[in-house]
Amino acid sequence: MTTLQEMRPVSDADDPRTPRGRAPRQRGSSFGGGGPLVYGLALAVVALTLGPVVYGALGGFRSNEQLIRDPAGLPDPWVTGNYERVVTNPDFWGYALNSTVIAVITTAIAVIAGVMAAYPLARYQFRLREPLFMVFVLGLLFPVAVAIIPLFILITRDLGLGNTWWGVALPQAAFALPTTVVILRPFLMALPRELEEAAFIDGASRIGVFRHIALPLVAPGLVTVGVLAFVASWNAYLLPLLLLQDDMRTLPLGVADYSTQYSADTAGVLAFTTIAMIPALVLFLAMQRRIVSGLQGAVKG
Amino acid sequence: MTSTGAAVAATPAAAPTGGASEDDGARHPSVPGAPPGSSRWRQRLEIALFVTPALTLMAMFVVWPVVSAVRMSFFRWKGFGPMDDFVGLRNYEQVLTDTVFRDAVVHNLTIVGLSIAVQLPLGLLLAVLLNRRIRGRGLLRTIVFVPYVLAEVIAGVVWFQLLQPRSGLIEEILTTVGITPPDQGFLGTPDLALWTVFVVLTWKYLGLAVLLFLAGLQGVPDELYEAAQLDGASWWQTQRSVALPLLGPTIRTWAFLSMIGSLQLFDMVWILTGGGPANATTTMATYLVSQGTQRGNYGIAGAASVVLFVVAFVMALLYQVLVLRRDTADQR
Repeated sequence: MTTLQEMRPVSDADDPRTPRGRAPRQRGSSFGGGGPLVYGLALAVVALTLGPVVYGALGGFRSNEQLIRDPAGLPDPWVTGNYERVVTNPDFWGYALNSTVIAVITTAIAVIAGVMAAYPLARYQFRLREPLFMVFVLGLLFPVAVAIIPLFILITRDLGLGNTWWGVALPQAAFALPTTVVILRPFLMALPRELEEAAFIDGASRIGVFRHIALPLVAPGLVTVGVLAFVASWNAYLLPLLLLQDDMRTLPLGVADYSTQYSADTAGVLAFTTIAMIPALVLFLAMQRRIVSGLQGAVKG
Repeated sequence: MTSTGAAVAATPAAAPTGGASEDDGARHPSVPGAPPGSSRWRQRLEIALFVTPALTLMAMFVVWPVVSAVRMSFFRWKGFGPMDDFVGLRNYEQVLTDTVFRDAVVHNLTIVGLSIAVQLPLGLLLAVLLNRRIRGRGLLRTIVFVPYVLAEVIAGVVWFQLLQPRSGLIEEILTTVGITPPDQGFLGTPDLALWTVFVVLTWKYLGLAVLLFLAGLQGVPDELYEAAQLDGASWWQTQRSVALPLLGPTIRTWAFLSMIGSLQLFDMVWILTGGGPANATTTMATYLVSQGTQRGNYGIAGAASVVLFVVAFVMALLYQVLVLRRDTADQR
């Protein structure tokens, strides 16, 4: 159903940075190269894309008075006080800790439960196999927004997990599971049957094969779904908004609340926001290949 | 293997039906897919063991809440005490006749339509450009994708500052160019607010479109370009007649993802406008969250959730039947 028809494992051969057929072209003809127009357009795109981010970063180095006097100016003089205040603010570190712990728990649960579920769906033959897989596929169609109010009631009242790390991580992991299973299953299906058979002949059990043969071989897939789950949790807003208060808040909540609470302190808000961007950007740069190939793999026909 | 779809469809052909293979597995231990000596019961136990954690999580945190939302939608309930004031379809009646909710649906659909009408051509243009062998292409690709990685909230807060009436950078720039910004600012003017939200969403999500289209373009074999070139086609002609048609499946899948995302829109609106001014930017999600958490109208929120789900489901189904089916058929 839906997008899943397009899903398939992404090997390094599919990596966007190693396009197939990088055969040298005869003389950089106008066909593949870039003229001034192309470079001009590229520059405009860079400016529009990075503009807001750079504005935020530079704005954090200005004073409010500078920002009001000339919104488009550069820092003059450079003020480091805004950033210092954010970095020395214990609240900020509290939010960062909450974001990290929740993202780690979410990722761990989603990846472990996901690969476990994907394994029999890929390697066993049984009657309910496809119907069971459809359960996960259908799960993709349920947005968190649909379930948010009952989730709020379930977690705060029935489970008593309101305002806790687990209260956010468990439902987030549950909502990450469909994607995880759907991406991992083809990875597992692609494993050569001979490997398993050899292990069985050597007396390995199914679970042993899963742990010692299948898991290491699908490690790249695990990293991809792990990064996707981590980033989704790190950026999540709606669920934390309803479930977390005060010092349990995550970074997105902290940023949003800070910006409404201290709306007059534009420079402070910009500094706070800029610092809050850094972890996601660093993670992205470090994991770029994985994120990109995961997303592309999800859509390629 | 080419895709899950193919794999799913191929399974029944590759292996005998589930029941038969289970029996085979029990009788002939050497059959692939079952370790020697494993009985049917043992296999069932293993499957249960593997699948239970995931299914439990899904049942508790996805299925149960969705079912409760449906149940809630038939009651008048303020969030405390027993849920016993059954009102039948009255919540639905109220939601569907509420002009705020109707507008919210229109806003969601507007964003769906605008995204496809604007981001598709823009994304294609950029992808085609970035697919050329220009210097710094790798860096460019990374940069284009940066907004997508940022949290919607964080992007929203920065844009909120940029769009501040009078003191914001955007108004400053427009004033220098000679355009007079609206008195209430872009986010404060009901006629402009939704468009402004859309511009910010485009900034945030265009990178994803570009990235996916680029991947599609890289799947076009070089020989095709070369053949077109030999036939004397210009660069633009080649892109239009060779590359674009082959991008079809990628475009259709992107459009699907974009549609589902637009229907669930919440974070960006909540940060930029909170649904205002004068409900000019409410979406179905902001409507149900404010009904549920701020006003305690859980029954209304439940009914709105169900409507949101039905709208998303019907559109997904229609899209699947009308558009995506072509791709699946193509793959055969």
